[in-house]
Parts: sequence; structure tokens; C-alpha cells
Amino acid sequence: MRFAARVEVQLRPGIADPEGATIERALPALGFDGVAHMRAGRSFSFEVDAPDEGAARRKATELADRLLANPVIEQSRLELEAL
Amino acid sequence: MAARIGVVVFPGTNCEYDVVGALEAAGGGGELLWHGDHHLSGVDAVVLPGGFAHGDYLRPGALARFSPIMESVVEFARAGGPVVGICNGFQVLTEAGLLPGALQKNGRLRFLCQAARLTVTSRASVLTAQATVGDELVIPINHFSGNYTCDADTLRQLNDDDRIVLRYVENPNGSLDDIAGIANAAGNVVGLMPHPERASNALLGSEDGLVLLGSLVGAVASVAAA
Amino acid sequence: MTSPAEKPLPDVALEKVPLHRALGLTDAEFAAVVAILGREPNHLELALYAVMWSEHCSYKSSRLHLKRLPTEGPSVLVGPGENAGVIDAGDGIAIAIRIESHNHPSAIEPYQGAATGVGGILRDIFTMGARPLAIMDPLFFGTPDDARQRWLVEGVVSGISGYGNSVGVPTVGGELTFDPCYAQNPLVNVLCMGALPTERLVLGIASGPGNLAVLLGNSTGRDGIGGVSVLASAGFAGDDGMGIGAGADDTKRPSVQVGDPFEEKRLIEACLELLDTKLVVGIQDLGGAGLACATSETAGRGGVGMDVELDAIPRREEGMEPWEVMTSESQERMLAIVTPESWPAVAAICAKWEVRAAVIGKVTAPGKRGGRLRIRHGSEGEVLADVPAASLSDDAPLYDRPRRAPEVVASVPVDPPKDCAGDLLSLLRSARWVFRQYDHQLFLNTVVGPGGDAALLRLAGPGLPPSERGVAVTTDSNPRSCALNPRMGTVLTLAEGVANLACVGATAVAVVNCLNFGNPEHAEVMWQLSECIDGLAEGCRALSLPVIGGNVSFYNESAGVDIDPTPVLGLLGLVEAVHAPPPGLAWSEGETVVLLGARASLAGGFPLDGTRWATECRTHRSGTLPPIDLGAHATVCAFVAGLVSAAVSGDGVPPFLGAVHDVSSGGLAVALAEMAAAAGVGCAVALDDAAELFTELPSRFVVTTTRPDELCTRAEDLGIPASVVGRAGGDRFCLGDLVDLPLDALCEAHEGNLAKMLGES
Repeated sequence: MRFAARVEVQLRPGIADPEGATIERALPALGFDGVAHMRAGRSFSFEVDAPDEGAARRKATELADRLLANPVIEQSRLELEAL
Repeated sequence: MAARIGVVVFPGTNCEYDVVGALEAAGGGGELLWHGDHHLSGVDAVVLPGGFAHGDYLRPGALARFSPIMESVVEFARAGGPVVGICNGFQVLTEAGLLPGALQKNGRLRFLCQAARLTVTSRASVLTAQATVGDELVIPINHFSGNYTCDADTLRQLNDDDRIVLRYVENPNGSLDDIAGIANAAGNVVGLMPHPERASNALLGSEDGLVLLGSLVGAVASVAAA
Repeated sequence: MTSPAEKPLPDVALEKVPLHRALGLTDAEFAAVVAILGREPNHLELALYAVMWSEHCSYKSSRLHLKRLPTEGPSVLVGPGENAGVIDAGDGIAIAIRIESHNHPSAIEPYQGAATGVGGILRDIFTMGARPLAIMDPLFFGTPDDARQRWLVEGVVSGISGYGNSVGVPTVGGELTFDPCYAQNPLVNVLCMGALPTERLVLGIASGPGNLAVLLGNSTGRDGIGGVSVLASAGFAGDDGMGIGAGADDTKRPSVQVGDPFEEKRLIEACLELLDTKLVVGIQDLGGAGLACATSETAGRGGVGMDVELDAIPRREEGMEPWEVMTSESQERMLAIVTPESWPAVAAICAKWEVRAAVIGKVTAPGKRGGRLRIRHGSEGEVLADVPAASLSDDAPLYDRPRRAPEVVASVPVDPPKDCAGDLLSLLRSARWVFRQYDHQLFLNTVVGPGGDAALLRLAGPGLPPSERGVAVTTDSNPRSCALNPRMGTVLTLAEGVANLACVGATAVAVVNCLNFGNPEHAEVMWQLSECIDGLAEGCRALSLPVIGGNVSFYNESAGVDIDPTPVLGLLGLVEAVHAPPPGLAWSEGETVVLLGARASLAGGFPLDGTRWATECRTHRSGTLPPIDLGAHATVCAFVAGLVSAAVSGDGVPPFLGAVHDVSSGGLAVALAEMAAAAGVGCAVALDDAAELFTELPSRFVVTTTRPDELCTRAEDLGIPASVVGRAGGDRFCLGDLVDLPLDALCEAHEGNLAKMLGES
């Protein structure tokens, strides 16, 4: 089976996110009020071949944690969809 | 009186002192302008220098274009005032819509700080008016996102209107059509990735940037005289 | 002090041990705290002592030995113990310099580890009132033949590039060393040099009871908590009331921080403006041990006390415990001491640079027994901690750990080189792949950048008085030699630094050191450290050089195996006037090649033990090092420096030398090959003993000239051996009958070897 995977990588909560903070600081000057907790991240999409969803999830999670994110500072979130 | 050229400082800009020094070597006078101000203090020309305005967060130039001073810069450029963007300044000018196209990450996804050989390909700009078409200049580049790109129509127009002012002899970053610098249709707004201020002293390796900065100083003088 | 996690987490079940042990304090250290306070410390107080008395902050294992280093000299303005060493460079300009390690963080998160290493060292420099003008990065990795080593190299180089380039400080040099001993323990050292108008010099001292303690820069979060100690240990969450919090993720919270060069850039500009306008009384950066260190050190140095209002400290996260706030190593923060009258002006400058500024406490008058550091809720609220401020640093334990010379490895003779050309090609490795990722030109000062023997910069910068002078910086190390003999190896490393400076015309004026060693609880490691310090002291005394700053990184071990002793020395030199570039490595067609210095050792022959050739081409690691005559070394270095500085001053006399290069790592063959590659011009040099190609006898230079007779006469008048060995020219690289290579092949190896090793075409 083939699955579409989308992995979102963000810095862990509590780890400083300079990019998110800088964007947030710029917002009032552009007239955006009431926006808070801006966090930046990256998103990756790819397709995985696996016998079932569990196996696809394991493979994609390992890929995310070993390559796309450094679990020391980042966390990843996986969305999976059968194709 | 020496031409007064304003050098805009955004938080994160870092080439401002170098540009002021090199403008002086080219016979002009540079003064610093703060991004948070709304006016240009009556300067005769504006340089947006290199650096990492607002940390280059989001995209290089993406936040700087919203700095208060940029409204005045856009107005000044539309009125025909000379505006030059160097490196990060070029990125700001594209984000602000004063120049077409965009600057992507370098082809090999690495920061590059090295000498680049350039060919002058058009004199129709405030930055190249005193150079000679076909001249080769050695000027350092120093960027992560200097890979120029635009759509096919824009490229055709840039070529047709003689607005590609500098090209790389050996393309270091994957830029479309070897583009190192472009001008707007009127030639008063120019953006380039190489740093002419870093080629303003033989002691440091090259003086080839002086012809470009000298053109800018000369353009201001001729406007002032007119 | 900025480097966290210098000690790996102990591998014990911590739930069962007393809290002080879980925090890394011994029972004796705990007893000392009780004696200081006259009572048992509470949790917050214990945490303060634990981080401040950690190896990294207190230098408790090395301080005893570091005292033996000479630290004084006529131009020294500030010696070791402050944030950076400072020398008087003349013309009203002072130069601040410091070197540090960021080894352990870089091993687990190479990009951020290296980036925050750069950030930390910059703060040490601008804390002194100096604008940071140049960075250098000596890096050590395992052999990059596996994916992990490549990930480390790639990450560290990108981190330095990403932070250094955007913060706007040029990276002008460094070193890149590969050796299997660093596979689990990469070393990331960072040196920073800055300059200031001499009268702006400031120290990290609090004074004037009633003055305000102002925290500048980033908010405080949990990132990097307990980096310098063991507070981040997953083991001690739980029932003692000091648990790090809920959730398994939190208990594994890393000691790595995320750097923000944009915040740092604004912080630099704001702080320099505050110092220019004389609005601050004292200023101190926050590094290892965070606020605990900055508040206690500034108060302790000033002989005053400080009240810290915990609730006034801007935080990034909800629910932080007091000890977390006080020991967090969140980056890009400074502590300034300002008078209440100047506070509004300080706040205005910070607002302009978009730098957060918060009054977090005030200086208090000392009592009979010195000042107290008190941490409280609200300015008059509950006192959470109350300790003698100076005790956190001054009363830290001092250990004379056992030392033992390792068993002498039987010396195995090494076979002479056979395939000289092949060995030479394998030893060539330009670091251009690395340094072209670094901005090395900003400020328009870089006359000689990375790739030269030493970096040479004009002594100029925004806000500095005008000067014709140049400043030269080099970093050197020789762990191969130090593994054979740490004392001699360190002397040779120092000598190489002086020679490197001479190549750009500079005379050495000061030394900083970063001592990277294994586990100090291993008696052999303590012996290595002690020997290395004696070697450095001996060399510095002989060459009249003061040591003005240093850093010790211990616990570079894994699975019980220590790294080779790796003292990294940073040398600062001065040139009277810089009007022309120095000759550099590139020779020209037709010039005569002259070797200055002995062609053979006093005992005869060409020793190969401890050379790069023996280590890399033969995996040979035993034997004895060649001796060095430091007096003769000083003479030849002064001779070369004099010739080069005359050329650099542009005094109108036609330059004597066409090219200059010292003979060091890799020996004469590598030195000649690097010159040929730099020039794109070959050579024919008469050498007939294969060992002479690769020996690393000290105190030698290759120079080229069109006036060889005059040069040799002048050298010999000073007692310096000088021999004409060949001629530059052509498109082949020939060393007698031993090497005959087309120049192209040589250049390709020189330029391409590193990229190939890293798996890039």
C-alpha cells in the first residue's frame, strides 16, 4: 500500500523560536493585533510504501525523528493518508 | 558639496559602515538612516546595504520591506531618485516590488563568501553608467540566497530593455541567465548580489567596485547639477 | 563562561541518592555549603552552589595548575579571570580576546551547539566594551568516513556560518583536524577578537548600593537549564519538590539552547551604545549558570550584595521554578548595573534597538562579612535564597586531583616513506570548502583571511580612533605531538603560533588557551593537563608572552577513552603599519626557494615520530619529539617578521620576499605544495631524503626571493641557517627524484580532498 505522509517539524515548546518571535514582533506595525504564540516550523511531504498503516506510520516516524527533526530540540507531527 | 547618500540601517544590517567608507573612497558622502524613521533627511540617493535585516527570518527582506522608512524609499524611487540595493538590500527591493523577480537559496544550498568575476552587460543604470560594457570586474559575493529567478516574460523584458546590468562569468549560485544585478526600467533603481564596497581597496584584494560606486556618486552629482 | 554540559550525566539511579549528589555536589562540598551558610541550604540555594561549583564554572580541578602560567606583561590591561583578556595595542586602542569550547553541546546538536558557542564568545568580548571584529574556529572531528561525522562537520560549519555571518562578525580563520580520537567527542573551539577605544574599557563589577540590576535581551526559558551541571538529569524529577515538571518530555529536556543571531546583533549595538554614552556602571554577560553566575560574580567582584526580584525576570514559559529561572542558560542576555538616574536613558536606547530591558534587582550595601545575594518574590517579598554573594565563586572547592604519567609506550621505529608523491597528495587538504561558507570580509579589515598562515586585519572598526596598525591572530594545536609528550607538544604548538604570526609580519604579544582534555578523574589526564600547563608556562616565559585568558574543557571522553590532550592556543600579534598585503604563500615564476632553519636535527637525520605523515599515512603513534631551541626560534621568527613587516608597511623598498610559509603540519613537502597550489606555479626543489619531506622539525620557513645571496647572508649573520633548495616555476611539482607531479593533480588534491572526504563531489 502507498500512503501520503506530511510531517510538520517545530521547535519543542519552551525552546526559543527566534523566527516565530521576530515575525510576531513585526505584526503590530502591519496592523495585525491580537495575534500571539507565533511559532515557525517546516513541513515535509512524501509517500511511503508499506504493508499497512501501522508499518507506514513507524517508517515515517523513524524518518522524521532520525532525519527531518533533531529530537534534542525539535518535535515532529505526522499525518498519514492512504492513497 | 559631496553627494549625500543615505545608507539605511535595519536591525540586523551589518554592511552599513563598510558602504559609507567605500562611498567616501568613491568621492561621495554616506550617512546612516534608521529604518524606523519615516523620512530620508533630504539625501540625494539611497543605498540599502547588506546584512540580515530582521534576521532574514521568514524570507530575506520579507520583514524589512514593512519598515517605516521603506514607504519613503518607494516614493523616492518612483520619483526617479537613485536607489541601490546590495545583497540583502537587493532582496529587500524585490520583496518591496521595486525590482522584479526573487532571490532563492543558492543552488548548492550553501553560504558563499568568495570573489566573483562579473561582466558589465549594460550601462543603463545609476550604478553602471561609468563602467564599460564588456568590462570584467572582480567583486566578492557573500550570501546564502543570491540565486536570482523570475518568470520567462520578465526575463525577456529585462533582456529586451537592457536592464541586466551585471552577469557572473562563472555562475556561483545558480542564478537565472547568470544574473548578478538588474535595474528598473528607468535605471534609477538597481539591485545586485555582489558587494562593491568590498572591492574598494587594493590592500584588501580589489578596487573594481569603485567604478560602480563612482557611477552612483556621479549620477547624484549630475542630478544635482541639472 | 558560556559552555554548558561539560560533564556528561552520571549513569546512576538518582532517585535514591541525596539531592546534593543528584545535583553533582559531593558530600564534602555539601558540608562546605552548610558551613558557609551556618545552616542547611534550601533547594534554590543548593542549586546555586551546584551550578557555580560545577567543574565548568569553578575550574575546581584545573585552577591549581593554571596559577603557574605567566599572566603579566607591559601591554596587558586585563589578564585571566575577567570575561576576556585585554591588551593595549597603542594609538588609544585596546584589543580584547578570548577563546572557549562548546564541545559537548555540539556533539548532540551540532548546528545550535556551534551557533551558541559563537554567540557566547561574542558576548564575552562586547561585555568588555569591545566591538567583536573577528572570529576563528578550531574544529576537531573523527575521520569523516561515516554519516555521523559528516552530519557533525556539516552541522557545526553551518552553525558557525549561520550565526557568525548574520550577527555580522567575520570568521577569519581556524583549523580543521580529523582524528579517530574525536569521533565521539568533536571539539568546537571559538576564538573572538574585538577592539575598543582604551578609555571605554569596562569590567563586570557591580558597585554603588541602590544601583539597579537590569537584565537585557532575551526572555528566560527552560532551554539550557543546568547545562553546566547535572540539573537536566532525567533522574531527579519527582517527589522532592524540585521536579522539573510534568510529562516525560520535560524530564529529558536538553541542555542545548537555540541561538538567535538577530537578537545578539541588536544586543551588541545597544550595549556598545550604552557603554559609549557611559550609562552603565558595570556589565556582565549571561553564560554558563545564567543569572546565578552573573548576579553573584558582579556582586562578588564589587564587594557588594544584590537583591534579585524573581518575579521581575521576563520569562518565556509559565510555571518556571525559582531555581530554573536562576540557572537557565537562555542565550543572548546581559546584566547591566545602572544608576536609577540613568535608567530612563538606558531604557530609551534599548527600546530603539528593540532590546528588552527589565529592572530585576538592586545593588545592596555589604555587611561586615561581605555582600549577600538575596533572591526574593517582589522587592520586599519573601526571601527565597540568601547566601554570601562572593562564596559562590570565591569559596568554590579547589582540588589537587591525583596525577600519574601514563606507561611509556615502547617506541617503534617508523619505516621511511616509500610512495612520497602518493603520501603527499593524501596529506593536502585546503579548508576552502569550510571557509567560503564564512563571511570573512566584513568591516573591510581582512588583509589576510582564512587559508593564510595567520589572519591579518587592519586595526580599524566603527568608533575606533584612526590607526595604521595591523592585528594578526592565529590558532594552533598539535594533539599528535601532545599525545606523545604533552609538555613538549605544547611548547611546539606555541612556537608554531609565533611562526605563523611572523609569516604575516606580526610580533606576538599575548596568548589565550583552550585546554581540551579527557576525564580529570583519570590520573593520566590530570598529568597531561599539568604537563601541558608547564610546557605553556615554560614556552611563554622563554618568549616573554603573557597568557591573558583561557578555558578548560574536561570530560571529553567516551566509554572510558579520553581524547588526545588538545591544548589549542590563540596568539595575538601586532604589525606597526599595514599599507600593503604581505607576500603570502603564492610564489612567482623564477624566484629562488630558500629554506630558513636547520635541514636536519642536531642529532642528525630527520625525525618522523609524531608527524602528521606518521600518524595519517602510517597510523604510527609513538616515539619522541624533536627538541626546540626557543632562543633560536625567536631569532628566526623575528627575522621573518621583520622582512615581512617591512613589505607590509609599504616603505617603498622593493620587497625582499616573494612568498613566505612556515614549515609545520605535514612538513616541507606539504609547505611547498601549498605554496605551489596558492600560486598555480610549480617548482623544482632538490631534496633527496624521503624523511626530509615529512619531518616537522620546528623553527623553519620556506621563503622565495630574487636576491638569494643577500637573503642568506643576512640570515647567516644572525646565526640562522639558510639554504637555497630550488626554484619556483613551470607546471610540474618536483622534489628531487622523490616527487614529480603535474601541477594540476597537486591543485586538484589540495582543493578537492576535503569535499571528497565529506562525500561531496
